[in-house]
Amino acid sequence: MIRDITLGQFIPGKGVIHRMDARVKILLLIAFISLIFCAFNFASLGLVTAAVVAVILLSGISPKMYFKSLRMIIIIILITSVLNIFYGTGTPIFEWGFIKITLSGIFRAIFVTVRIVCLILVSSCLTFTTSPTDLTDALERLMKPLKIFRVKVHEIAMMMTIALRFVPTLLEETDKIMSAQKARGADMESGGLIKKVKALTPVLIPLFVSAFRRAYELAVAMECRCYRGGDGRTRMKVLHMKRIDWICIVFTALLLAGVILCNIFLPTVF
Amino acid sequence: MSIIEVKNLSYVYGANTPFEKKAVDNLSVSVNKGEVIGLIGHTGSGKSTFVQMLNGLLRPTSGQVFLDGADIWAKPKEIRKIRFRVGMVFQYPEYQLFDETVYKDISFGPANQGLSPDEIDSKVRRAAKFTGISDELLDKSPFDLSGGEKRRAAIAGIIAMDPDVLVLDEPTAGLDPMGRNTLLAQIMQYHKQRKNTIFFVSHSMEDISRVADRIMVMNKGRLEMFDTPRKVFSEVERLGKMGLRVPQVSKITSELACLGYDIPEGILTVEQAFSALLSLLKKEGKL
Repeated sequence: MIRDITLGQFIPGKGVIHRMDARVKILLLIAFISLIFCAFNFASLGLVTAAVVAVILLSGISPKMYFKSLRMIIIIILITSVLNIFYGTGTPIFEWGFIKITLSGIFRAIFVTVRIVCLILVSSCLTFTTSPTDLTDALERLMKPLKIFRVKVHEIAMMMTIALRFVPTLLEETDKIMSAQKARGADMESGGLIKKVKALTPVLIPLFVSAFRRAYELAVAMECRCYRGGDGRTRMKVLHMKRIDWICIVFTALLLAGVILCNIFLPTVF
Repeated sequence: MSIIEVKNLSYVYGANTPFEKKAVDNLSVSVNKGEVIGLIGHTGSGKSTFVQMLNGLLRPTSGQVFLDGADIWAKPKEIRKIRFRVGMVFQYPEYQLFDETVYKDISFGPANQGLSPDEIDSKVRRAAKFTGISDELLDKSPFDLSGGEKRRAAIAGIIAMDPDVLVLDEPTAGLDPMGRNTLLAQIMQYHKQRKNTIFFVSHSMEDISRVADRIMVMNKGRLEMFDTPRKVFSEVERLGKMGLRVPQVSKITSELACLGYDIPEGILTVEQAFSALLSLLKKEGKL
């Protein structure tokens, strides 16, 4: 069950998106997300959707993985879109008691659904194609200007790297401890909510203890290698912008222009 | 009479994915009541997967496990009852300790069995005695114990359930030589009194040869050999091909025999080698 979570899972590959600079990918993701929410009519929404589909096809990752990440939030999508149907303004096309459905409500629902789906798809694309270390590395670089405000950029990035690194380790550990307690007759499947939460104590305590032990050991190991934080630290992998990055940036800029033009010259839906 | 019988047991990890791996492959075996079975095999040979199927922690992909002649998966809802009868001590069991005191932690299993407080108390104290945990230690927090004490406390937690079959997955790993010997002796003492069946998984051929009545040798998920230690450890070459070795003392004595010294075959422990060498020296008049 825990293993089915695809959000934030890196899939190695050699596609176009895989080869892009992680910094550019993050910035373009932000650009894409803003574009998704700046699309106010069907033309611009269609344009953005087409671009998202293009990105997904370019990523070279099987659509199955994308469906998996969508499946997790399908309920959220359903609830928000259904709610939006009833919140439209204008003349109702269907009325029954206090329920009023208007054309603008239906449009609203379509927009919300397409927006959330696009949002999840592009964000999954980033995590599918970028290794966690590249991702935190890029974040560290992008957040560098924040140093002026005394934000500990390097430390935050290191924390994220370590956290990501230990997710699979702790999952495995949880599995082991659960088996061990089940072997002692712990019952984790039956009973109500309170009983289930109580049944987790024999799992959570050893898990916390081992997390602290690992943290301590890792800290010692890092100190042994003279780790002293970010000051004066050089990098083994230096990120470089390549032609492909510039092409993608220009492409996104064109997309932005297209969306703005559509918004100006075509009527907005609501 | 066989207490555990396994028929055509297979287990596949990640079925129908690119990561599909057959961990246990068509394994059949029958173990008698009161036997001590040593289980050896290279890392990844499927030992741990196999033993986790004995108490229903893993459900076999195909094949059956019989406990006292009854299929353990006949009633999947009552699989917990099987776990009380087949006690399983995992590798590094000290990482499962969680309660406030050692006493409470050991009583976790018996309490799950639904026993009365008196029964729980007597079982906990008996298990503590077997594993050499003093009354003073019982009131301490398990996190204040030393490594060896933690290990023994964790094993006591399983013994307290009084299982008919006890599975120990590398119980001596990471202990110092003294701790190893004491723990082994305590387990064997417990076995002698309780007369239960023990599965003993280990990488230490010395430990295995000392305690096992019969040895299961696993390789790539299959059962390669199942015989007495004497017979198993006489197949030096076959074991070598599987990445296993014989106890050091057996190797030395068999090489001495090759050099023409009159030493009997199938020596497994230092004590046996000592008496064999003693009689050899006496015979040659050197002593």
